[in-house]
Amino acid sequence: MSVSATRVRALYRKELREYRRNGTIVATMAAIPLSIVIFPLVEVLALPASAASALLNGDPLVILLGIPAIVPSVVAGYAVAGEREQGTLEPVLTTPIRREELLLAKALAALVPSLVVAYAMYIFFLACTVLFAQPAVASAVLQGPDLLAQVLFTPLIALWSIWVGIAISTRMSDVRVALQLGALAGLPILLVAYLIAFNVIHATPGLALGAAAALLVLDGLGWRLVSALFNRERLIISAR
Amino acid sequence: MSANKSSGVALSAQGLSKRFGDRIAFQDVSFEIGHGEVFGFLGPNGAGKTTTVRTLGTLIAPTSGSAIVAGIPLTPENGVEIRQRIAIMPESPGLYLRLTVAENLECFAGLYALPDASQRIERVLRAVNLTGRANDPCGKLSKGLRQRVSLARALLHDADVLFLDEPTSGLDPVAAREVHDLIHGLRQRGVTIFLTTHRLEEAERLCDRVALLNTTLRAIGRPDELREQLFATTLLVRTLAPLPEPDRVFGGLPAVDSWRQDGPASYVLTVSDSTIAAPAVTRALIASGADVLSIAESHHSLEDVYLELINEDVEAGTP
Repeated sequence: MSVSATRVRALYRKELREYRRNGTIVATMAAIPLSIVIFPLVEVLALPASAASALLNGDPLVILLGIPAIVPSVVAGYAVAGEREQGTLEPVLTTPIRREELLLAKALAALVPSLVVAYAMYIFFLACTVLFAQPAVASAVLQGPDLLAQVLFTPLIALWSIWVGIAISTRMSDVRVALQLGALAGLPILLVAYLIAFNVIHATPGLALGAAAALLVLDGLGWRLVSALFNRERLIISAR
Repeated sequence: MSANKSSGVALSAQGLSKRFGDRIAFQDVSFEIGHGEVFGFLGPNGAGKTTTVRTLGTLIAPTSGSAIVAGIPLTPENGVEIRQRIAIMPESPGLYLRLTVAENLECFAGLYALPDASQRIERVLRAVNLTGRANDPCGKLSKGLRQRVSLARALLHDADVLFLDEPTSGLDPVAAREVHDLIHGLRQRGVTIFLTTHRLEEAERLCDRVALLNTTLRAIGRPDELREQLFATTLLVRTLAPLPEPDRVFGGLPAVDSWRQDGPASYVLTVSDSTIAAPAVTRALIASGADVLSIAESHHSLEDVYLELINEDVEAGTP
């Protein structure tokens, strides 16, 4: 099966244009990251220098992984169910686009803005930490391996959330249900992040590598699995 | 263009059926449509017209039967190739309302991987008289204008076979006339058109042949052929005063099979050939001294054909 970059690009560009002009999506993409970043930021800024050593066990930065877990799943939840609801899915499916191309375009369109938002929030968090936190606290937060893990895990988690979100979106005829379930899809990752942040789970290099490998495999399988779930006929017949 | 143009058949179906569980959407549908033909697909709501279009458009798999669409056998493996050669204009325009007209068309030009997208977009916008609205968001357009954008989208890639599902649904007479003119233009360019419509006068005006579907195919042919099959030719005679002895006037005239009175001074004559019967009737009436008001051949519309066949189904309790 060959993938047409032209078709993927056409749908991807359309998706980004729609996001930009959809106030609800823009507001969601702004509000969710802010709500996630606020708690660890307040904690870090309020922490006295004497307590900085506690941060080396539980990392508040890990909580920010909730952003790539939640934001893209909400956008992805709209991907197919939203098209069905506004009656635009059928015209798209009458074109030569393959389901794999359609899903890839939808996934990329959810991934790119999510990564931009997530990395922007990390930069905001780190900038606030450097500028306003106690120097000892700031240096405890700014650990090289932690930052590297943060950067690498973000796309892996985002892509996983996207495939779950799109899978839900292909099976739900009600866009509200798809959005709610899509948001729930990110919660397990958020839970794990909190358990690490509160030192319930000890983040070791081995655990990080194992989790990254598992996510990499799941992300690769996600495309194929969601493509198998994408049933052109069912989507058309049960539309609207 | 079509790989099978030499065969003369652009679209054909053989015993095509689709069921959804126990429900039959359409059954045993067979037809052949030639290149450049405008084929009307008529039927009441729920008759299976849209499902037939979706099946031929590879959106839905048939339960049984076979079809050739734009010269390609209808199989799941051929879906992409078939969709490259056809265009479907669905009943609901299905436009991205936050995007402009041009952006909608640009997206679909990309989905068809068209190399010269901007020229094509300009061309189809000209064709549907929307050049001046290219940068308007589709959400701000009237229903008629959205329908035109939908038609422009269907024209983008010069499809061999164009499926138009209720293209004038909800349009005012002027907008509907513009769509009709476009369909005329497409026919002249040799595009095969499969037109699904409720508007019988539209089908009569535009279509070379029509098929009437009511789950099964009830009739197929040229509109005048269907009229001839279902209705005898009649002459309607009106005189100033009732004829004293109408049997003597109409009896034994050439090509007049029978007659009946249809009012105090009106008579309906069933004829085998109006070109022979009408002059003979005129001469007989003048010879009898009748004051003739009019002699006219009655005209059965496609609507009469449609109602006759659908009423038969209703009386028979089908489908």
